[in-house]
Amino acid sequence: MSLAELPFALLPERHPVAAEFIVALALPPAAPGASVGQWLAGLPDEALFDAGMQREQLLDHLERLVAEVRALAEATDERIDSLTLLGGRDKQGHAENRELVFHAGEIVCIVGPTGSGKSRLLADIECLAQGDTPTGRRVLVNGAEPPAERRYAPDRKLVAQLSQNMNFVVDLSVRELIEMHARCRMVADPEGMALTVIACANALTGEKFAADTSVTQLSGGQTRALMIADAALLSASPVVLIDEIENAGVDRKRALDLLVGGAKIVLISTHDPLLALRGARRLVIRNGGIAEVLDTSAAERRNLERIERLDATLMGIRERLRAGLRIEETLTWAE
Amino acid sequence: MQLITVAGSPSVGKTSVILQVAKLLREEGLAVGVAKFDALSSDDGHLYARHGIPVAVGLAGALCPDHYFVSNVTDCQAWGRRQGLDVLIGESAGLCNRCSPHIEGVLAICVVDALAGVHTPKKIGPMLRLADLVAITKGDIISQVEREVFAFHVRLANPGAPALFCNGLTGQGAADLVRHIRAAAPTPDLDGSRLRFSMPAAVCPYCVGETAIGETHQRGNVKKMRFADLEDSR
Repeated sequence: MSLAELPFALLPERHPVAAEFIVALALPPAAPGASVGQWLAGLPDEALFDAGMQREQLLDHLERLVAEVRALAEATDERIDSLTLLGGRDKQGHAENRELVFHAGEIVCIVGPTGSGKSRLLADIECLAQGDTPTGRRVLVNGAEPPAERRYAPDRKLVAQLSQNMNFVVDLSVRELIEMHARCRMVADPEGMALTVIACANALTGEKFAADTSVTQLSGGQTRALMIADAALLSASPVVLIDEIENAGVDRKRALDLLVGGAKIVLISTHDPLLALRGARRLVIRNGGIAEVLDTSAAERRNLERIERLDATLMGIRERLRAGLRIEETLTWAE
Repeated sequence: MQLITVAGSPSVGKTSVILQVAKLLREEGLAVGVAKFDALSSDDGHLYARHGIPVAVGLAGALCPDHYFVSNVTDCQAWGRRQGLDVLIGESAGLCNRCSPHIEGVLAICVVDALAGVHTPKKIGPMLRLADLVAITKGDIISQVEREVFAFHVRLANPGAPALFCNGLTGQGAADLVRHIRAAAPTPDLDGSRLRFSMPAAVCPYCVGETAIGETHQRGNVKKMRFADLEDSR
């Protein structure tokens, strides 16, 4: 049955998004028993003019809407087993001569001084560069060049990005925003999913927040924790790029475990030893190019454990400060 | 000469996006010019000129910039031809979210600002719904959650139209816009072409300068609000 033949009364049940669209345009409802086509034919010209659409445009829009929602529902989450980075050139034009393969569940760190080209590398991966960025790098997905329509689908991007510049700006509560995201992702139980994401974010941050908190009122740490939990559990993107996770009360070890646990490829630009040494390897950026690739050594892994103990001690002090306590005992470990 | 219309609410970043796109088009050896429509004043003419881009600026004054745009678009096409342009970009600000300068057969780009909030795509009328291509700006400073929700709502507002993020400052995403512009059909002669949707009616005394308030001054195309409490008592 075509959309025009469908009884208007069945619209909310069959095509809720189309029904919502009609409600949003404040168009009058149909007479009892009328089909969508009959309703459309009976609409006064003035109502259509106010809605900003002609009769044919409205039907066309509703049909495209139904097709789009069907396409979204049918789109299965893509699995990425690997990303391949084919080297380009650095700022002097020297060839990088590298082919790096990143696998699902892997953490790769990117280190280098400010201005060395770390963000450029993340940007190349983000747009799945095909020799068309200043570096001339190319990125392959599962060993092959990604098709054009894959590169240009902004709401199902392969790559999710978390950066320090990013903030929540919308006037919604945490629960409302995450439920809305879950609906966009066509999750079966958006309410339940939102609660899971919020619980997960709370497990990452020292300062717990309630589901009804406005997203714009979250602290820096809470904001980052929520973004990480959402990227891990709800984002469709199998690759996550992180531009530093600041120290602001986020359990970074847990955050990374959460992200790679979902078989994502995680790339982090960081100089935080806890993060940089957690990756299997780190890319050293100099002069706009990848100068070196360091595999994390056994000695570095042992040091990571020591740094983690140190960090846990500092976190403990932080917690006590938060609770209004004094820090007066001699800190022997710092002597 | 290829004509492209770029429309969007004020301050969404139309000019920044156009500058990035123009830079790439010129690198491909194309002569690019801009016809810029604004309401009261515009410094963007200088901005384009500083980048060496030929620009014709039209100030609509008391008229809606989109109405003014349509009344002048054939003249702009002629200007672009006289300048020997390969691509003419018509930039117009949809002040009321209802007007839309999009023309049948002319590639139409709508620029929307991700900072405006996730509900905004629903509120923009034909300017967004009837565009061929949507450019989303300022996506780099909002959360990934909001980016995905915003893009989803743009998709529902204009199903099937490609929507892409374009950073007006760094130019990230501008190459994708250029790809669409290069693939667009050649622009016909605009004399006799049609707008994709009519612009709003404006035929009440206030359109022509009335300032007095009150029932006796409301003539012509007047529409009254409905109030729930009055409806109930009826």
